Amino acid sequence: MSPLVSTLHLYDIANVKGVAADLSHCNTPSQVVDFTGTSELASSLKGVDVVVIPAGVPRKPGMTRDDLFNINANIVKSLVEAVADNCPEAFIHMISNPVNSTVPIAAEVLKQKGVYDPKKLFGVTTLDVVRANTFVAQKKNLKLIDVDVPVVGGHAGITILPLLSKTRPSVSFTDEEIQELTVRIQNAGTEVVEAKAGAGSATLSMAYAAARFVESSLRALDGDGDVYECSYVQSDLTDLPFFASRVKLSNKGVEALISSDLQGLTEYEQKALDALKPELKASIEKGVTFVQKQAVAA
Amino acid sequence: MRSSMFQLLRSGSASRASLLRRGYSSGAVPERKVAVLGAAGGIGQPLSLLMKLNPLVSKLALYDIAGTPGVAADVSHINTRSEIAGYAGEDQLGQALEGSDVVIIPAGVPRKPGMTRDDLFNINAGIVKSLCTAIAKYCPNALVNMISNPVNSTVPIAAEVFKKAGTYDEKKLFGVTTLDVVRAKTFYAGKAKVPVEEVNVPVVGGHAGITILPLFSQATPKANLPDEDIKALTKRTQDGGTEVVEAKAGKGSATLSMAYAGALFADACLKGLNGVPDVVECSFVQSSITELPFFASKVKLGKNGVDEVFGLGPLSDYEKQGLESLIPELKASIEKGIKFANQS
Repeated sequence: MSPLVSTLHLYDIANVKGVAADLSHCNTPSQVVDFTGTSELASSLKGVDVVVIPAGVPRKPGMTRDDLFNINANIVKSLVEAVADNCPEAFIHMISNPVNSTVPIAAEVLKQKGVYDPKKLFGVTTLDVVRANTFVAQKKNLKLIDVDVPVVGGHAGITILPLLSKTRPSVSFTDEEIQELTVRIQNAGTEVVEAKAGAGSATLSMAYAAARFVESSLRALDGDGDVYECSYVQSDLTDLPFFASRVKLSNKGVEALISSDLQGLTEYEQKALDALKPELKASIEKGVTFVQKQAVAA
Repeated sequence: MRSSMFQLLRSGSASRASLLRRGYSSGAVPERKVAVLGAAGGIGQPLSLLMKLNPLVSKLALYDIAGTPGVAADVSHINTRSEIAGYAGEDQLGQALEGSDVVIIPAGVPRKPGMTRDDLFNINAGIVKSLCTAIAKYCPNALVNMISNPVNSTVPIAAEVFKKAGTYDEKKLFGVTTLDVVRAKTFYAGKAKVPVEEVNVPVVGGHAGITILPLFSQATPKANLPDEDIKALTKRTQDGGTEVVEAKAGKGSATLSMAYAGALFADACLKGLNGVPDVVECSFVQSSITELPFFASKVKLGKNGVDEVFGLGPLSDYEKQGLESLIPELKASIEKGIKFANQS
């Protein structure tokens, strides 16, 4: 449906012919092409500007995103190897969980292939921002469309840090509200996993958030100079190698990290930032180690 | 001006900036409740997402026999205007429907390869009958958008149920044929090599096989396609649904394109209700433009549903033949629906 897309390549290990036939009937400009199985993976990536990766298994009730690591890490590794071989200049949008680890996995694979560009590798955290915006607007009776809350850190539990003090439009919260909202935003993914009672995790809101982030990237690629989104990227804003923050996007990818967001934090936010770092660090290292332990497929 | 995929939901009206970034003054846009019956299904889920993104919707009720709490929780996190509620099980159907302005019904089972839409009749007719009984009770003034197949029969079933309940308003019952129009436009654009956003093609008749009659002689932009191309386009439009059923190899029928088309038509209904002028879409409605009691053609949508049913316009010889051939089949499907509704 996006007028910014001219060609849409759909890849999966199965069932993608049906999805492509379905979508291809929509009277919108983009051409839909389907690719099935590893033998077609390379062709699916040739000439691609943005690669979006939602592949993998979702959580069931009681699972953390990290519980998905073993299956999803392997899937992500092979997909990114193919990206490195076939469209190394593309923007990579990582949705596959646990994002805190799969982004570092992707970086290691790209480094081993000699094509790593840290400005083009994004962990998609847009859904955390969308959730923060929704919950704050509901709590404070604000017009949803105007609310924007930056969310930093990572994309799992307490590594998700909504900076409520930086909400626009500016609004004041009681301490209980800060606590409630922060916890709700951090657990929102789990909220949906439980509501679906085994039938899956967030799909529709995730698709929406991912589409929004793709559109922002496409606008930036097309030369729009005013594109900002939160994303989990290689970063020097903290002592961790990867960190989510607001970034300015350009046709090169990450144009700038918005460091001002990490200045003037409230006490609550500073404590939360300190608390999230060890967990995020561990997740990053888990991803890096996973790749370094194996040879990257030539 | 930023273009956004969400603008495509605004079929043709004044373009607005991305719905994510600009404010709307809430006083100007009326409160509208939309109910989706079958919201946890293959069409229902993406349709619920698209309706959640529509700024004309203030309340969105998602109903199904199961699974809706999860779908509602998922969609409720999206930062758009509408309040979402999920309802599961027949005892919650009334609440789901109360106060609805538009009810969209994708409920039922989809085709498998080799099946016609009519093969779905036995299961889906019963489902549609009970849902419509509830609509008559809880929101008799709502616009009803029927997606459940076979539409050629389920719309007459709905009409009979509403007549028995004393609530029937022929201006408010619509069989959704928008996907046939979407397909005709897409296939025509490909063949005529014109930008698909500029294409308009009316599709009349019904919503199954040869009852689907695209009027390519009226298509714009004009392309002077040869007869074989028109024949091929007509056949492809008529078989578009089957094309997807076969590509999905047993995994279902069109869901994503149906959700897209369903959302487009529901959006047109909402615009009409809100007094937007000149909202015209093709739909399968009670009609006197042929001898059949129901027939799809262009209709103008207004504050009370159908404002005007347009005639077929000038037909080519090929289209006249197509019209003649479809009438007996469409008649039979309509009668099958009426008979079923009156049977119990």
